[in-house]
Amino acid sequence: MRLRMPFGRRKELPSHLWTQCPDCGEMLFNKQLARNNSVCTKCEHHFKIAARERIDLLVDKGSFVEHDADLVSGDPLGFVDSKPYPQRIEAARIKSGANDAVICGTARIGGAPVELAVMDFEFIGGSMGSVVGEKITRAAERALAARSGLVIVSASGGARMQEGVLALMQMAKIVMALGRLADAGTPYISVLTDPTTGGVLASYGSLGDLILAEPKALIGFSGARVTDQTIGERLPAGFQRAEFVMAHGFVDQVVPRSQLKERIAFFLGALHPASPDARWSL
Amino acid sequence: MKDPLATLRGVATLGARSPAESNGDVRPDGYLIVDAAQLGARVSAWDAVKLAREIRRPHSLDVIERAFPRFQELHGDRTFRDDPAVVGGIAELMGKPVVVVAQQKGASTEENIQRNFGMPHPEGYRKAIRLYRLAERFHLPLVTLIDTPGAYPGPEAEERGQAEAIARSIEVMTRLRTPIVAVVLGEGGSGGALALGIGDVVLALENAIYSVISPEGAAAILWRTATEAERAAKALRLAGPDLLELGVVDGLIPEPKGGAHNDHDATAANIRAAVSWELERLAQLPVADLLAARYERFRHIGVIVEPSAAPEPPKRMWWKKVLGR
Repeated sequence: MRLRMPFGRRKELPSHLWTQCPDCGEMLFNKQLARNNSVCTKCEHHFKIAARERIDLLVDKGSFVEHDADLVSGDPLGFVDSKPYPQRIEAARIKSGANDAVICGTARIGGAPVELAVMDFEFIGGSMGSVVGEKITRAAERALAARSGLVIVSASGGARMQEGVLALMQMAKIVMALGRLADAGTPYISVLTDPTTGGVLASYGSLGDLILAEPKALIGFSGARVTDQTIGERLPAGFQRAEFVMAHGFVDQVVPRSQLKERIAFFLGALHPASPDARWSL
Repeated sequence: MKDPLATLRGVATLGARSPAESNGDVRPDGYLIVDAAQLGARVSAWDAVKLAREIRRPHSLDVIERAFPRFQELHGDRTFRDDPAVVGGIAELMGKPVVVVAQQKGASTEENIQRNFGMPHPEGYRKAIRLYRLAERFHLPLVTLIDTPGAYPGPEAEERGQAEAIARSIEVMTRLRTPIVAVVLGEGGSGGALALGIGDVVLALENAIYSVISPEGAAAILWRTATEAERAAKALRLAGPDLLELGVVDGLIPEPKGGAHNDHDATAANIRAAVSWELERLAQLPVADLLAARYERFRHIGVIVEPSAAPEPPKRMWWKKVLGR
């Protein structure tokens, strides 16, 4: 019998140089991947990206001014699972480099002033707790005060269990603020990225005047595992993917990452905040 | 102008006068428990879960039949079909018409199958939305009764936009130009419950639960076994007194001794008294004040720490930069 390769085959590639595409298996050179906005050059698989990178990708250079960066979560329930909740927060802060699962600020996109909120999946699965609720609500309130557009980029597993029913109430809080925005005729664009599920999709994620999604992003109310168990059979291919959701009428467009900025800029320009005496012909 | 919140906080005033009258018994004048300290012995979180799910517990139609005379059920979302897990219609309260929307569980296995165990499909929420708008158009107060393990998570519900239906239902309630009283009867299961749960006043029965996730679900995720549900129930603080302390509900409606399932009539009478009292108060407010107060009620829920001196945002781990992520 011939000797097997002693160190395996692919593992010998130093992992800080290469990333394997989970979709097509292509080995991608990290620097090239970064240059391509973390999109696979072969199959267009969209990797998850951190909130800061997303902001760099979307806003006009140097226009982003962050707000409420120092808000941190309390521990209202005294929640302990495998570790206490404050420790979990601390670990997530170190891992993601942010204080909670969303980064908010004022910026310009293609010249149009916007309030931007970008969620970070790396922070406890992008889960929505009191801080996410407060920061997005404040962003909506700022957009209302300035009559500028609001763009929320979601990436979240849903409400944060460790904050119990208070996390659930954040859905109500944010939707309240969005309602005022809608009354004022101020545009809100919801961008759904991989993954957007649970309470985030069942509140502000689904309430955009326009809803855009990234290709093949997982978008659904309940996790595929739950659904799988409920019906006890395999789900069809492409279930809960962006294209599937668009086909069922709940997303306006599936937009590749490279075109996202110009597309948002176009829509913001078209959906000018309404003023009471505006006429289309003028 | 008077501060709308001050008027709304009338609940608290009621609480202030009630201890003097309370001897542990239920009052017919809408007496609510507004301070967890008023409660005698608390049941454990797991017992509350069991009581809230008790199959003999009065479900929405049991309550409606006893507390809201002349109820006429209305069917259908006008788009797809009629969802039996959501019931709604027009009834009378204190001789005046109100719109009632509720989630309906079954009292037997057969009925539960017909009612989908109280788990609404998107069309259930769309029926609810239709009835909310009906209430708004004709200036009728809205009463919602919440009793669901959660929205149905099946593939057909996903295809028909479960998340959108829930989000829209929440949105419509936040801006509805008529008074709303929401009551958690039994299980308040996550977003599926919140879709009926926006109100100027949110009440719960003493042994009701309201949670972001079922204890079994939380245990499966956090401890990778559903058998830790008891522990999860405690950690989630989902029982009535917890909800009161967290400011999620404004008051608890007392239940008969041993739980609501022991006396449906008394439970319904307590609900009617509490809801009538609240609606009478809310109906006097101008709509603008009502909406402003509703906004404020939800605006401040949550616990955050806002340090005056901002802490240094933590540095990204060095290897992340190396990896180019």
